[in-house]
Amino acid sequence: MMVPLRAAAPSPEVQDQATVAGKGLELAFEGVTKAFGDVGVLKGLDLVIPAGQFVAVVGRSGGGKTTLMRLIAGLDGPTGGAIRIDGTARRGLQPDVRLLFQDARLLPWQRVLSNVGIARDPGWKARAQALLAEVGLAERAGDWPYVLSGGQKQRVALARALVTEPGILLLDEPFGALDALTRADMHRLLTRVWRQHGFTAILITHDVAEAVALADRVLVLRDGRVAEDITVDIPRSARATGAPRLAELERRILSAV
Amino acid sequence: MTRATALRRGLVPWLLPIALLAVWQVAAKAGWLSARVLPAPSDIAVAFWTTLRDGSLPHHVGISAERAVLGLIIGGGLGFALGLINGALPIAEDILDSSLQMLRNVPHLAIIPMVILWFGIGEEAKVFLVAVGVLFPMYLNTFHGIRSVDRGLVEMGRVYGLGPVALYLRVILPGALPAILVGLRYALGIMWLTLIVAETISASSGIGYMTMNAREFLQTDMVLLGIIVYALLGKLADIASRWLERRALDWNPSFHTGLEAA
Repeated sequence: MMVPLRAAAPSPEVQDQATVAGKGLELAFEGVTKAFGDVGVLKGLDLVIPAGQFVAVVGRSGGGKTTLMRLIAGLDGPTGGAIRIDGTARRGLQPDVRLLFQDARLLPWQRVLSNVGIARDPGWKARAQALLAEVGLAERAGDWPYVLSGGQKQRVALARALVTEPGILLLDEPFGALDALTRADMHRLLTRVWRQHGFTAILITHDVAEAVALADRVLVLRDGRVAEDITVDIPRSARATGAPRLAELERRILSAV
Repeated sequence: MTRATALRRGLVPWLLPIALLAVWQVAAKAGWLSARVLPAPSDIAVAFWTTLRDGSLPHHVGISAERAVLGLIIGGGLGFALGLINGALPIAEDILDSSLQMLRNVPHLAIIPMVILWFGIGEEAKVFLVAVGVLFPMYLNTFHGIRSVDRGLVEMGRVYGLGPVALYLRVILPGALPAILVGLRYALGIMWLTLIVAETISASSGIGYMTMNAREFLQTDMVLLGIIVYALLGKLADIASRWLERRALDWNPSFHTGLEAA
């Protein structure tokens, strides 16, 4: 087995890492390309994301962000190269990868609890109820999805994604449609569950401020390649206060996009 | 809203029909309307009562209902199954859909002469006609319903580990259900219409036979009674399907408000 090259060595912030170790899975790309007909969307991606890291991917629309996400989720296969999860090359849908969509995609004909326990694994009811409590919606278990607000729907979707304890959680601009206050709530919630569950998180966003607020590392995707690989070396506790270093990072990312 | 206004609101829609009935009754009894043209409402009530007491009305209604339900189960079930198969398997759609679309354009009542040649005037002929009539609305709406299920939800189901069977039962079928129930309501309407025609043309029992037989003897009160019974049965089927929709589509907010307003 070939050892993948590290495109960038992330500097781990020990005090800031996930507290539950060992649940996240390492994700590696080896010369991954994806083309639709003659149009190359991803043109050779070599990248290692260590287990438990929180990575944000930013870039213009059409830059291959969503394609990248679909490849990791196994919804599409790469044209060339390999995607390794935990060291082994994978193809097809992965049981240890979950995806949080832009729209919550709850089943309207199932109540909240049944939506969270969608796979109906043994003991799903207790698990689903526990996860709902974790996202602060324990008392909405018996409701139909249509009575929930946009933010509540995304929280239910987050609980659904976590119910199987995935090693990798993909987030495809899940907060884009939310208002600023709800979005800030969701950021706090996501950071909390990421620390508790220890999954590897990959957030796709067009919002640079969101990327530097949440992630350990920001990848700028441009013309199907990683144009910039930036480590956010600011403790999370200091990010909310708007440290000057934060603004500098944002400027650097924006100029790279 | 006070109780008095609620009562008035409840009563107002009935004023016109009651007034019309009263005028009709007076006109018939005073001899302005010949009983051959239109019998008095009271005569129809009497006809209803006597046929109910001698058991002939329940007998005919029972036979008609049996034909209707049997035809609905056979034709509706077949249409539903074809819709499911063609909605799920593109190969099945390629083979079957265009043929079904061609057959759909044949007015099913136009094949009555052939049906009589094939089945005579027995039960099979009536059940067959009803089955053919309800097959297409069930097929089209089931097919359309399955095809218009939100692709995003199907993709979500796949990412979240649902196998083909679970995906079908928990995502695709519930997503198609509103359209399927619309098909059922259409089918119920066509079911009665077909049965009326079939029973009027060739039958020795059923409501259609009852009215045609009464026509031979100029019993206009019996003819009108038959028409009213058909109307009531149609209304009953509609209420049943609405109840089913309300039960099955509890999750659908647009449906909720629609029903509450209706």
